[in-house]
Amino acid sequence: MSEADDSSAGDADGSGVQLDMISGERMDQLASMEKIRLILDSVHDGNIVILEEGLDPEEESKLIEVTMTEISPDEFTGIEIETYPGSSKSSGGFFDRLMGRETETKLTVIGPANRLETLHKDETLISALVTRT
Amino acid sequence: MGLLAGLRNSISNLFSSGQKQRRIGIYGPPNAGKTTLANRIARDWTGDAVGPESHIPHETRRARRKEDIEIERNGKSVNIDIVDTPGVATKVDYEEFIEHDMEKDDAVRRSREATEGVAEAMHWLREDVDGVIYVLDSAEDPFTQVNTMLVGIIESQDLPVLIFANKIDLEDASIQRITNAFPQHETVPLSALEGENMDEVYEKIAEYFG
Repeated sequence: MSEADDSSAGDADGSGVQLDMISGERMDQLASMEKIRLILDSVHDGNIVILEEGLDPEEESKLIEVTMTEISPDEFTGIEIETYPGSSKSSGGFFDRLMGRETETKLTVIGPANRLETLHKDETLISALVTRT
Repeated sequence: MGLLAGLRNSISNLFSSGQKQRRIGIYGPPNAGKTTLANRIARDWTGDAVGPESHIPHETRRARRKEDIEIERNGKSVNIDIVDTPGVATKVDYEEFIEHDMEKDDAVRRSREATEGVAEAMHWLREDVDGVIYVLDSAEDPFTQVNTMLVGIIESQDLPVLIFANKIDLEDASIQRITNAFPQHETVPLSALEGENMDEVYEKIAEYFG
């Protein structure tokens, strides 16, 4: 069991909001679905996940798809996720991978849609409100 | 058009005698006017519609395909299937539908269908489209996470993409805001509802996907 799994009851008494800050090094050791599971398990527990280096576009696509399959009325309404908009310029396309150019890393914040609300976002600033529900 | 996509098209054209049927996905956030656009294109070139339109989000909850649309402009023609996809979101709350005067049972059913539709749309994007028309509401802020992620996903697939700044008939519309958000792609302004600037829309479709 991972450390993130161990800490899932960090807000058991409802007194605060748990942040799971996950390093790029830790994520690099995981397969795509393991990353998505790690994120969604933490978000299901009401935690806010901060990824040092974010996900690649295909993983983001799968994250949306898996999130949709787990939405349940009155229990889980989905996720709020934020990265900086400029990241779309770095596609991580075939030639980038062929030439060994790394996809630009992007700090990513993910939380339950009912606890994390984006207040303002532009190219250089993400301002978000976290509630205890 | 991406380098790889261009190369792929050139090789494909070399070995095919006839015109290739391309499958173009219409993507974007909920309520951007994707179905209105799909209907406009289908009616203009085939006389049929694709699906019902509504101001309530997630009206389209299944991807719908309209086949064999031949678009001709300036001596160029393109044969496309258009795929009208459900609006992509990272959250779906049935209470949003109750605010549109829907009964709870209907709202819960709609939200369940909407989540399935979004998952289906993501699958189509990864597996089954040859190009993308990304539709945005010109009166809304384009700097959203869904837009950022989806455009990034499309780019990572090396798919040709056109950004359509829809609803330019609205008072708050800003084409420049959309151009600024995605400067790496060509933005075409239009109103699918009013039929404004459709000539340029068809020119660009023939140019990008032909």
